[in-house]
Amino acid sequence: MRNRVVLMVFAVLMAACGSGAGNASTSPSATPLSGTVSVFAAASLTDAFNALGTSFQGANSGVTMKFNFAGTPTLVTQIEQGAPADVFASADTTNMDKLKGDGFTSGISQVFARNKLEIVVAPGNPKGITGLADLAKAGLIYITEAPTVPAGKYALQALKTAGVTVTPKSLETDVKSVVSKIELGEADAGIVYTTDVTAAGSKVSGVPIPDADNVIATYPIVAVKATVNAVAANAFISYVLSAPGQAKLQSFGFLSAS
Amino acid sequence: MRREGVPIIVVVPAAIGAAFFIVPLVGLIVRSPWGDAVKALTAPETLEALKLSLIASLSATAVALLLGVPMAWVYARVAFPGRNLLRALTTLPMVLPPVVGGIALLLAFGRRGLLGAWLASTLGITFPFTTVGVVMAETFVAMPFLILTVEAGLRSMDRRYEEAARALGASRWSVFTRVTLPLIGPSLFAGSVLCWARALGEFGATITFAGNFPGVTQTMPLAVYLLLETNQEASFILSLVLLLISLIVLVGLRDRWLRFA
Amino acid sequence: MSLDASIRLTLGPLELDMAITVDEGEVVALLGPNGAGKTTLLRAVAGLVPFSSGYVRLDGKVLEDTATHEYVPTERRSIGFVFQDYLLFPHLNVLDNVAFGLRSRGVSRQDASRKAVYWLDRVGLKSYAGSKPAELSGGQRQRVALARALAPDPRLLLLDEPLAALDVTTRAEVRRDLKRHLDSFEGIRLVVTHDPLEAVALADRLVVMENGHLVQTGTAAEVTEHPRSQYVADLVGVNLLRGNADHGSVRLAGGQVVAAAGAELGEVFAVVHPRAVAIHRTHPEGSPRNVWSGRATNIELLGNRVRVRIDGEVPLVAEVTPAALKELNLVEGGEVWLSFKSTDVSVYPA
Repeated sequence: MRNRVVLMVFAVLMAACGSGAGNASTSPSATPLSGTVSVFAAASLTDAFNALGTSFQGANSGVTMKFNFAGTPTLVTQIEQGAPADVFASADTTNMDKLKGDGFTSGISQVFARNKLEIVVAPGNPKGITGLADLAKAGLIYITEAPTVPAGKYALQALKTAGVTVTPKSLETDVKSVVSKIELGEADAGIVYTTDVTAAGSKVSGVPIPDADNVIATYPIVAVKATVNAVAANAFISYVLSAPGQAKLQSFGFLSAS
Repeated sequence: MRREGVPIIVVVPAAIGAAFFIVPLVGLIVRSPWGDAVKALTAPETLEALKLSLIASLSATAVALLLGVPMAWVYARVAFPGRNLLRALTTLPMVLPPVVGGIALLLAFGRRGLLGAWLASTLGITFPFTTVGVVMAETFVAMPFLILTVEAGLRSMDRRYEEAARALGASRWSVFTRVTLPLIGPSLFAGSVLCWARALGEFGATITFAGNFPGVTQTMPLAVYLLLETNQEASFILSLVLLLISLIVLVGLRDRWLRFA
Repeated sequence: MSLDASIRLTLGPLELDMAITVDEGEVVALLGPNGAGKTTLLRAVAGLVPFSSGYVRLDGKVLEDTATHEYVPTERRSIGFVFQDYLLFPHLNVLDNVAFGLRSRGVSRQDASRKAVYWLDRVGLKSYAGSKPAELSGGQRQRVALARALAPDPRLLLLDEPLAALDVTTRAEVRRDLKRHLDSFEGIRLVVTHDPLEAVALADRLVVMENGHLVQTGTAAEVTEHPRSQYVADLVGVNLLRGNADHGSVRLAGGQVVAAAGAELGEVFAVVHPRAVAIHRTHPEGSPRNVWSGRATNIELLGNRVRVRIDGEVPLVAEVTPAALKELNLVEGGEVWLSFKSTDVSVYPA
């Protein structure tokens, strides 16, 4: 008698779960997700993706999220050399195309966010930077990312568009290193994404770059071909692309995907 | 008389250990595109990075000798309270992760550092993003090797030779230059070479403290790291060059010079 | 002109308290057992060991004086020190070694070389000028060390066990050469040695040290005829007794009374040569006034004589012929009687 009651309750529950199967949301799918999902993401996605990962893990208790944040080209090298990744989120389409062209991706890549550049300076903007032209001021220490890093490439583009010539004092390996050096007071100004300025909070100040000179960075995401957890990998990608995921990304300062 | 072979309990781990070091080197040799080697090696950025690396590492070794030999002498000859602690502090960079070393240098000599702030505001001197900064970073991580080696040499030398020199009328400075230094020659040389090799390969402290810019602060290790992203094969070749330079130097260090027990 | 030193110091277990004077005209040997403090005294004179109180004066000039806190560093003293292990600088060749003292005092390279060659010639090693010390034999190294010490014309020559590191055959030959050089040296000479043969061969006067203190001093003849310590007595090979004399007899510390012909009054030493001690298996009849019982604890055959150590009321060493030993039918542990004549006891004030 008791067994039959348990079976009935179970069946009702299964039905309720099953009705949510086609939904690209954080509610559990028919078969609960499990395993680890290793996400290799551009450094500029650090805070946003950590938050996305927490929510995704919260809704899918069987899944463990692991993140590896670095300059996008570094991630491409690592994946091509055999590092175990399930998901790759790039800061530009060039690196994504390289990974695809070399045959390391599975399925199509989709743009999930966009970003804009911003000048990052010490809190309170003590040197009074108003725009890109001020970066060439004598005595100002300007640093940027290495040109192989998407942000570095975009920075050069923006400066060219604005007609400003300035030699950086250092070419860092990713946006976060640039922000650190501004925070530490070692450099006066750098070009990073608006999201990086937001993420650093009160430790830095930002000077916007007019849209006319600015570069829109597009961030595509894809499942890695050699993934060992395709189901969970794709589920995470779906989550990132879903309305709640997008909302979370925008709360960190990213522009919408389209 | 029976010749005994090497016991197997020694051979197996030793062979594994040797393989651990040899296989990566072989991998590098096998995977390097020898056809493009010349082009990669003579590219202006490569030559610039190589030149900077050599200048910076040799300068760092020179600084290490100037400051490190007196320190080694004090540690070996002068007993004072807190000597062990001081020695531990000055050899700390050997076990510290290089990036941590770089951060420590920033906090001390950076624009807002303990000493750096004063230097910047009073004398207008800054070290980050300069070649001097590179030399500082390399000296910081590499000098402990020289200090330890020279100290060991000083402790193991027969001090009675110094007495003999004094009895013959040599002043303290004369004793040091004409007797002590020649007698610790082998450990002085070995220490310098180890220091130079370590300075040449330094990455973490350099990029954190001095930054990365071709011709100014981009040493070979930094160039290789960045090349890894754009031109993988070129990075293999350069890695090989660095490896071979270090290997030649270390092989040249005859084993009798490493015997500083 | 002389060396005049009075030194008190403590170095580990050694407590040194010595005064010594060496005149220009004499070679003095500091003799004593190992651990007596001879080398320490020599090094203190050189300024290499700090002392707690005392002074060192050379030709009337103060080199060190704890009372006035004066101290002339070793390198500014006019000394030539020959170390026990020679300590020739291994990284320099023989010529540069000998020239070292001169170069240290500012002599030009040419002049120093010339003088070094002169001294190498004097010690007979001119052809070895370009060799490294490691290539030389022990005896050759000793000569280079001597040349090196003498080249700067020091006022005071200090030698620490100069022949100790040599094997027996080389030693005799080197000793002769060393004596020649010592005699021709015009300054003050002090030699440390633990070998009495060496001391007697090289020196005019002996200074005997034991446990950091002076035991006796005198010419070789004086010291050997009148030993004042067991150490010297052992070196010379005689029996030494000490006690209180009273007209013809000496009362030893243990109460035994020894008949001694020359004994008068006061604290005395009494020497009995082993050959004068006779051994008997039974109580001897007849004249000897000194008869004591004992046990033979050690019998040693030394060439054509036998030394028998006898323990008892008056422990002595007796010397007999091998034939006599056989006749006595004596083995170690055997009970014996010893006797000696009162006229065979040499007595002198303590």
